[in-house]
Amino acid sequence: MTTEVGSESEVNKQAEQIGSGAAQEKPDEEASESQQNASLEPEEEKRPVSPTASKSPRSQKKEKDPSESRGISRFIPPWLKKQKSYSLVEAKDGVERKEPTEAVVEEPIVEKDESLPEEGRVAKGDAEEILERKRQDVKVDEKDEKHSVSSAETQPAKEDSKEIEVAKVEGIQEDKREGETAKRETKEVQTAELKAAQKVSKKLKTVPCKVMLLDGTEYSCDLEKRATGQVLFDKVCEQLNLLEKDYFGLLFQENDQKSWLDPSKEIKKQVRNLPWIFTFNVKFYPPDPSQLTEDITRYFLCLQLRQDIASGRLPCSFVTHALLGSYTLQAELGDYDPEEHSSDYISEFQFAPNQTKEMEEKVVELHKTHRGLSPAQADSQFLENAKRLSMYGVDLHHAKDSEGVDIKLGVCANGLLIYKDRLRINRFAWPKILKISYKRSNFYIKVRPAELEQFESTIGFKLPNHRAAKRLWKVCVEHHTFYRLVSPEQPPKAKFLTLGSKFRYSGRTQAQTRQASTLIDRPAPYFERTSSKRVSRSLDGAPIGVVDQKEISGPAGDVSVYGPGVAGQGIFQDGDGKREVRSPTKTPQLQFTTEGKKNSLRVEGENIYVRHSNLMLEDLDKTQDDILKHQASISELKRHFMESTPEPRPNEWEKRRITPLSQQTQGSSHETLNVVEVKKQAEVGKEERVITEGVNGRDKVPPGSDSGETRKVEPLTHKDSPSLSSENSSSSSSESEEEDVGEYRPHHRVTEGTIREEQEENEEEVEEEKEEQASKVVQCMEAVPEASSVKQITVETVQENVVSQKSSGEKSLKEGDKQDIREETEEEQHKVNGEVSHVDIDVLPEIICCSEPPVVKTEMVTISDASQRTEISTKEVPIVQTETKTITYESPQIDGGAGGDAGTLLTAQTITSESVSTTTTTHITKTVKGGVSETRIEKRIVITGDADIDHDQALAQAIKEAKEQHPDMSVTRVVVHKETGVEEEEE
Amino acid sequence: MAALGHLSTFGRVTHAVVRGLPESLCQHALRRHKGDEVDFARAEREHQLYVGVLKNKLGLQVVELPADESLPDCVFVEDVAVVCEETALLTRPGAVSRRKEVDMMKGTLENLQLNIVEMTDENATLDGGDVLFTGREFFVGLSKRTNQRGAEILADTFKDYAVSTVPVSDTLHLKSFCSMAGPNLIAIGSSEPAQKALKIMQQMSDHRYDKLTVPDDVAANCVYLNIPNKGHVLLHRAPEEYPESAKVFEKLKDHMLIPVTNTELEKVDGLLTCSSILINKKVDL
Repeated sequence: MTTEVGSESEVNKQAEQIGSGAAQEKPDEEASESQQNASLEPEEEKRPVSPTASKSPRSQKKEKDPSESRGISRFIPPWLKKQKSYSLVEAKDGVERKEPTEAVVEEPIVEKDESLPEEGRVAKGDAEEILERKRQDVKVDEKDEKHSVSSAETQPAKEDSKEIEVAKVEGIQEDKREGETAKRETKEVQTAELKAAQKVSKKLKTVPCKVMLLDGTEYSCDLEKRATGQVLFDKVCEQLNLLEKDYFGLLFQENDQKSWLDPSKEIKKQVRNLPWIFTFNVKFYPPDPSQLTEDITRYFLCLQLRQDIASGRLPCSFVTHALLGSYTLQAELGDYDPEEHSSDYISEFQFAPNQTKEMEEKVVELHKTHRGLSPAQADSQFLENAKRLSMYGVDLHHAKDSEGVDIKLGVCANGLLIYKDRLRINRFAWPKILKISYKRSNFYIKVRPAELEQFESTIGFKLPNHRAAKRLWKVCVEHHTFYRLVSPEQPPKAKFLTLGSKFRYSGRTQAQTRQASTLIDRPAPYFERTSSKRVSRSLDGAPIGVVDQKEISGPAGDVSVYGPGVAGQGIFQDGDGKREVRSPTKTPQLQFTTEGKKNSLRVEGENIYVRHSNLMLEDLDKTQDDILKHQASISELKRHFMESTPEPRPNEWEKRRITPLSQQTQGSSHETLNVVEVKKQAEVGKEERVITEGVNGRDKVPPGSDSGETRKVEPLTHKDSPSLSSENSSSSSSESEEEDVGEYRPHHRVTEGTIREEQEENEEEVEEEKEEQASKVVQCMEAVPEASSVKQITVETVQENVVSQKSSGEKSLKEGDKQDIREETEEEQHKVNGEVSHVDIDVLPEIICCSEPPVVKTEMVTISDASQRTEISTKEVPIVQTETKTITYESPQIDGGAGGDAGTLLTAQTITSESVSTTTTTHITKTVKGGVSETRIEKRIVITGDADIDHDQALAQAIKEAKEQHPDMSVTRVVVHKETGVEEEEE
Repeated sequence: MAALGHLSTFGRVTHAVVRGLPESLCQHALRRHKGDEVDFARAEREHQLYVGVLKNKLGLQVVELPADESLPDCVFVEDVAVVCEETALLTRPGAVSRRKEVDMMKGTLENLQLNIVEMTDENATLDGGDVLFTGREFFVGLSKRTNQRGAEILADTFKDYAVSTVPVSDTLHLKSFCSMAGPNLIAIGSSEPAQKALKIMQQMSDHRYDKLTVPDDVAANCVYLNIPNKGHVLLHRAPEEYPESAKVFEKLKDHMLIPVTNTELEKVDGLLTCSSILINKKVDL
C-alpha cells in the first residue's frame, strides 16, 4: 500500500539509458583520440617543467602508441596501453587482460615506497619513468591514479602525475628543485603542522594503522602515507578473507562522532589525528541476510549485530535477547553439553546491555533446544530473527524538529525514519524524497506532494552542528544509492562559484554486490567462530570443513537466483561490447576492479575468479560511453585551448608544502579568514567561453569549481554510474570535509539519462586542461595559485602579460578589440543547450541557476551589495566580538589589473553563500583593458568558529578553496581578521 | 522456536481472557454519546455468545473473570492490557474510573506466566483499544484515552517492533474504525477519519498491508484468529447489524467467518475486539 512501485521501472530506465548512452558515445572516441595526439606537441613545448618529467611521458606515449595500435587497441586510451605494456601481459580478450594488469599494478605500489627515496632526480630511461609514474599513481590514491591515468590519455593529466613525482623528489633532494619556478606556489595555505607531517612522511613513507575488527581483535599494518581508504579497507577484507565486502566499512572517531572513512579519498585527508585507528563495521545491513552468498559474510554480520545488541544500539525485548543469545551459544559452542557447559559457561558472553540471571537461564534453556544446528545454521537463525527487529539497520542521528523538539532521524534501507523517543512519528520512503540537502547545521528533505497535495514540501531538521548535518546527509546519500540504485550516481560537478559537497557514494550498490556475489564460487573459507569469548582466532583461508561447505551451497544458490534480475542488466549488456575502450574517466573503476581481483586472486587461486573479473569488467564497460564523451569533449576543448599544461590536482597539498608559502597565505594561517581577495586577469574571450561551457552540457567548464575535490570524488563516481545528476547537487566549497552545504537528489538521476554524466565528465576534462594552463602560469608566476587550474581565469599583472602572450599566439581571436563579438561567437560554439552566458551583471547568477536549476534556494543568494550579505550572515550567526586582529597582505601586483589602467567595466556581480561555519561573499567584477580582460574577485569569507573547527584548518581550506575555484587567478590580497568572542552557535 | 514476527504465526491464539458484565454498565459505563439504553439481558446474551465462540467453537482456553459492579466498563478487557507474544503490558487506562480494572488483570496474566510490564508512569495513559498490532509493528492511536507517553512505554515494552503513532480525534479509539482481518490485512472503515488514519499508517510502515474497506467504521472492528485445523478465522459483525459491511467480509473466501452480534455493547462504545485479550501461549515452553 504504502510503498513505492517505482523502483523497478526506474531501474529499467537506467539500464536503457546506459545502453543508449553507450551507443552514442562510441563514434566520438576515435576522433577525440586523434585530436589528442595532435595536440600533444604544442603542449609539450610550452611546458617549462623539469626536463625529465616533461619529456619522458610524452615520448613514451608516442613510442608505444604505434606498436600497440592495432585492432582493439586503437580504441584503448593511451594510458591503458601503457599499462598493458608495463604489465607485459597483453591478453586478447578483455577479461584476461585485466587481471594480470591489476595484479601487477598492486605490487608496484609496494615497491614504490622504498624505491622513491632512493631514486635520484636524474633522468631515467623513459620506460623507467613510466613505471615509476605509474606506481606512484597507483599507490597514492585513487584520485591520483585516476588522474595519472587520465593524464596518460590527455596531456594535462600526465603532467600532473609528473609533478607529483617531482614534488616527492623535491622533498628528498631539495637542491635540484631550485630551478623550477613552477613549483613555487604561492598558495601556502597549509599550516605548519601539515608541512611537518609531510616531511615526516617523506622520510617514513608509511603510517602505522590499527583496525579494530568485529571479533575484538586488532589488525595492524603500515600504510603508505597517502593511501586511500580503499587501500586499507581492502587490506582488512583480505585479512578477514571477506569477499562480500560492500556491506562493510571503516569507522574512525572524529571529535566525539564516528564517521565513515571514504574509500575514495586519502586517509590522511580524512583522519586528522595521527594514530590511525579504525573500526571495521557493517555499514549497510543487508535487509535479507539469507541472500548473502557466504557464511563468512553472515558471520561478520552476526558479530556486528551481537555488538549492536549488547551495546543497546539495537534494542530488543527480553525474549529476543534470550533467543538471539541462544543462537550465539549454539554457533560458538555447538550443542549444549551438560557436562561441558557448567552453570556459568554462559557468563562470559554478553547478550544484552542489562543481562540478568533470568535472561541467562532463558538463554541456556533455549540453547538446549538448538541441538543439531551447525554454526552456520545457528548464525542464519540468529540473523533471521535479528533482521526483523525494527531498528535493524537503522542509523540514528539526533536532531531537533522545526519546533525544537528532540527527535532522531533514522536512515535505513527503505528511507528516512523520524523518531521521537522510541516512537516512530514519521517516515519518508526513498521514493518520496526528491532532494536531500544540508546547509550549515540544518538538514532538509524535499518530499513529493502527497496524494491530494499539489506542492512539494521541504522539511527541515536541526542537527547539533554542521558536521552532524553533513554526516547525516552523507549517510543518506550512501544509503539511498546502495539500496535503491542499480549503480552509483556521479558526483556533481562544481559550478561556477558554487558551494557544497559533491560527495557521492562510490562503492558498489546492493544490486551490484549481489550480482558480484553470485559469481563467487570459491569453496567456503574456513573460519573460527570464537568472537564472543575473545579467543584469538585464526584467519587463514584454509579450505573448508565439510560442514561449512554444505551449508554454503544452500544460500549461494538462492543468491544466484536474483542476481540477474536485480542487478542492472544494463550494466552487463553494455559491458560486453565496449570492453576494449577505456577512458581516463574509468580509471576509478579500474582500480576498484583491480583490487577486487587482487583479493580474489590471492585468496583463492587464479582460476576461480575469471567470472568475477568478468563482472567487474562489465561494470567498467558501462562507463566507456562516458569516456568517449570525455574524449570528445576534450578534443573540442583542446582545439580551443591549445596552450595548456596539466597540473596535478590531487597533489595540490604536496605542491604547497614544497613550494614556498605565499605571503598572503601565511597570514591566513592564523585564525579567522575574513577577507580573501583574489584578482585575476584573463582574456575576455576565454572567460566567456568558460562560462558558457559551464552552462552547457557539452563543454561545460565550471569556472568556480574546486578542482581538488571534484577529482577526488569523481573518480569513484565515474566507475559505475550510469546515472547522474550532478548538476543538481552542487554547491560547494572545495574541501569535502568542510563543506557546509550539500545537496542530493535521489530521483533525478533515476529519471535522467546519461547525458548529464557526459557533461560532468566534460567538465572534468576541461578542468584538466585548465589545469594545464594554470600550471604554465604557475611556472612563471609566484603568486599564481597552483592548486587548480581553471583556464578561464586569470593571472596577475605579471602573469597577465604572460598569459596574453600565450593567448595571443595561440588564439588570436581573443585578443582582438571586439571582445564581445568574439565572446559571443565562442559562446555559440560551445553552447549546447542554448544557454548564453554574457558578461552581464545578471548573467552569472542566471547561469548558475540554469545549470543547476534545482539548487536549494538558500544556498545561493545573489545580492548586489556586499553589506547586505554581511547582514545576512550576521543574522544567522550572531557574533559577539570582544577582540579582533587583522592581518593584511597585499601583493605588489595588485594594482596591475585594477589600479593602473582602469579598464572598462564589463560586469559586476556578487554571490553569497553560507554554511554553518563560513559565509562566503564573492564579488566579481570584470573589466576590459585593451583587449585583455581582467576579472577581479573579491571573496569575503567569514568563518564562524565553533569549538569543533580548527581555525587554521578552516582558514587553510578556505584559501585553498578560493584558489581551487579560481585556479588561474592570483591572490593579491589577503586580510585575516580575527574576532574572538562569544559566538552564538548551536554547536 | 519463537521467531520474531513470523507472519505465519500471526493470529495464533491459545488463550483468551474475558470478563463478565456488571449491571452498572447500563447506567454508568462511559459512552461518548447519549443514546439508547443498554438492554442488559441482551447484552449479556450477546456476550455469552461471543465467549462461546471463543471457547467452544474455536477451542481456546478462556479465562473468565467475574464482573465488578464498581467497574462499569470492566467487560472491555482489551483496554487494560496489551499482550504480544510472551509479554503483557498492563496499561494505565485513560479513563480514571477504569484504572482499577487493571488489578485483576494483572493477577490473571501472571498466572498465565507472561512477562508482566506495568505502566507506572503517572503521566502515561494508554487504552488497549488504541493499539493495533499488525504482526510486524504497532500502531498506537493518540486519542483522548492514550497519550504520547503511554505510547512510549509501549514502545519500550515491545522493543522488537516499530511503534508508530496515529492521531485519533474523531473516535474513541484507533480500533474504533479498524483492526486486523488477517495477516497483513487491515480492515478499515470508509469514513474520512478512518481513511486518513489508514494513510498515515501506510506512510509510517515499511510494509505494505492489504486493506479491506468496509462501509461501516464500527464493522471494521473484527477479531482475527489463526486456529490450528481451522485456519483463518474472523469474527465480524452480523449481517443484521451491518449488512453492507458483512457483504464485504463474506468476500474473504479463505476465512472461516463467524458473524457476531454486538448491538448492546456498541451503545457504550464496545466493539468486538474490546471484550477479550487474546494470548498465544507456547505449550512447549
